[in-house]
Amino acid sequence: MGRRVLVTGADTFWGGRVIQALENDRDIEVLLGLGTRVPTVTFERAEFVRADQTYSILSRIVHATQVDTVIHTFMIVDSTQASSKTIHEVNVIGTMNLLAAASAPESSVRQLVVKSSGLVYGSSEKDPATFSEDTPRERSPRTDVERSLVEAESLVRDFAEDNPSAVVALLRFANVLGDDIVTAISRNLSRAVCPCIFGFDPLVQFVHEDDVVRALEFVTQHRLPGTYNVAGAGRLPWSEVAAICGTRLLPLPPVRPSLAVMPLVRLGLFGFPPELDALLRYGRGMDTSRLVSAGFEYRYTSAGAVQSFARHRRLRRAAGRSASPYVYEHDVEQFFLHSPSVVRTTAP
Amino acid sequence: MPLRPADGAAPGRRHEAVATGDPRRSDVDEWGRSDRVRSLARRIYGPVYSNWFRAAWEGLEKIPVTGGALLVGNHAGAVPSDAPVIMHGIESELGRPVYGLADYFFRTLPVVGTLWSRAGGVPARPDNAYRLLHDQAQLALVFPEGIKGVSKPYSDRYQLRRFGRGGFVEIAMRSGVPVVPIAIVGSEETMPILWQLPQLAQALGLPYFPVTANMLVMGPLGLVVPFPAKLRLRVLDPVTFDVEPGLDRYPKGRVIEEAERIRQSMQAAVNDMLSRRRSIWFG
Repeated sequence: MGRRVLVTGADTFWGGRVIQALENDRDIEVLLGLGTRVPTVTFERAEFVRADQTYSILSRIVHATQVDTVIHTFMIVDSTQASSKTIHEVNVIGTMNLLAAASAPESSVRQLVVKSSGLVYGSSEKDPATFSEDTPRERSPRTDVERSLVEAESLVRDFAEDNPSAVVALLRFANVLGDDIVTAISRNLSRAVCPCIFGFDPLVQFVHEDDVVRALEFVTQHRLPGTYNVAGAGRLPWSEVAAICGTRLLPLPPVRPSLAVMPLVRLGLFGFPPELDALLRYGRGMDTSRLVSAGFEYRYTSAGAVQSFARHRRLRRAAGRSASPYVYEHDVEQFFLHSPSVVRTTAP
Repeated sequence: MPLRPADGAAPGRRHEAVATGDPRRSDVDEWGRSDRVRSLARRIYGPVYSNWFRAAWEGLEKIPVTGGALLVGNHAGAVPSDAPVIMHGIESELGRPVYGLADYFFRTLPVVGTLWSRAGGVPARPDNAYRLLHDQAQLALVFPEGIKGVSKPYSDRYQLRRFGRGGFVEIAMRSGVPVVPIAIVGSEETMPILWQLPQLAQALGLPYFPVTANMLVMGPLGLVVPFPAKLRLRVLDPVTFDVEPGLDRYPKGRVIEEAERIRQSMQAAVNDMLSRRRSIWFG
């Protein structure tokens, strides 16, 4: 009897890629993607269900499909991508509804994997050089996105306590860089000029987008419980990151930099979300030995992720436009999934 | 402004990373320390160390050449020179990096904070210390007297203050490394405090505001220029604790007792060196 897996955020960058990675896993008999918009990557055999942000339909889906594994990738970690209201809706309310559906009395869900972020540790001057999974944060969260992630994590912990038979994994990812992903930091590093705070050169840590997907896959396949930091080995100073990416640093005043940069942000020349302010002062380091000792092998170090990002960006600028992006067409996908005319090769 | 990656390359040149290696361009390690910044600092500080302070060591061979150790010194001087002198001496003579554990306050200062970090400054937290000493087997330097040591008036010179609650002993016990006490004389005279102005300190948000003899002689420059007192540093025998490393907590009584014993041995060494010292400036 194969596994039945549901992935949230199937329309997002992570959900789509996690589904693509899991499609190769023969142990998984049923693979469902839940999303609010249409998927942006092709699925071979996964089914896509469109649902609203609050997962109100989720309990019906879970009950009907009897999924035993839920991978929750739909969390917003970048405040430039959504308003604070949306961030709260998605991270807190969405997670709450998801956990409610998963913890219903007759629920079949036995494993939950949640994609969280190192933002839950925050960045302050009192921080240790590296946070291990048990280290508490130093300052209470000051930005909306951190607050919502901390709350979402506490909901997940409550779920784990209330459902001891379920295997719950919480993965905290460092800032991601890679070939395709676009984040506030990657946008800043792509421009000719990149913000920094005068007098500060913090050590930052990155994880490559491929390692993010592989880590989610690894934890799912091995049914690992607990909290794990996921980040590339090593930390590097922000000035070195900028040097690898070939961008120049523009120092912002150490006092109220968001004020100074506001006109540039309004013009779209800079992205300077509030969580970046603390990060560009104090950085953040995460100890990754727990996941490594569980058997996971990283393919990229922090510097490797930055370099991969920089190389791909140079390639994109040098070469022409790549193949036109995938456009999801529901009827076509339904045809491929369900039509009797399609010749189905027996499962390899 | 942020330090440029100190790889000595001209801005136009790019380094092709080795395919199998980590594509780093600077030598900044995970603590923020850079060997290149340190060697530059040693070159600049060299004349101060050798000619201004004429630092003289006894017992440098007692500092382990491999493995972690917690170096413990007595602290003095309004703006203390003992930390840079100890770090310079050990790095030059033994070739081992030394990390200085200090208050996290340094991290909040622009420019100074970054330079402090590149020179091996690490915020003094138990988990940082454990990682440095146990996981990475490095030398870490700490001054248990803390602010109490540097803010002593000149009339209280060389009376070693209480070593806190012995936290440094507990860290050494947990990390399984020895404590190596370093007694230093001459540091009090580099920047002696004549009076304190507590109201001014409070108004400026500083832990203390000293009026030093340097300021009387040199004016405001007195806060950065120390007197050329001769510095003598004596490394005492390393103290090991026959306890199991890695425990969450250790008996408080034992920790305080060990800390006090180390303080007394350092006080005895300081007294001994003072009794042999004929001149403040020439040793």
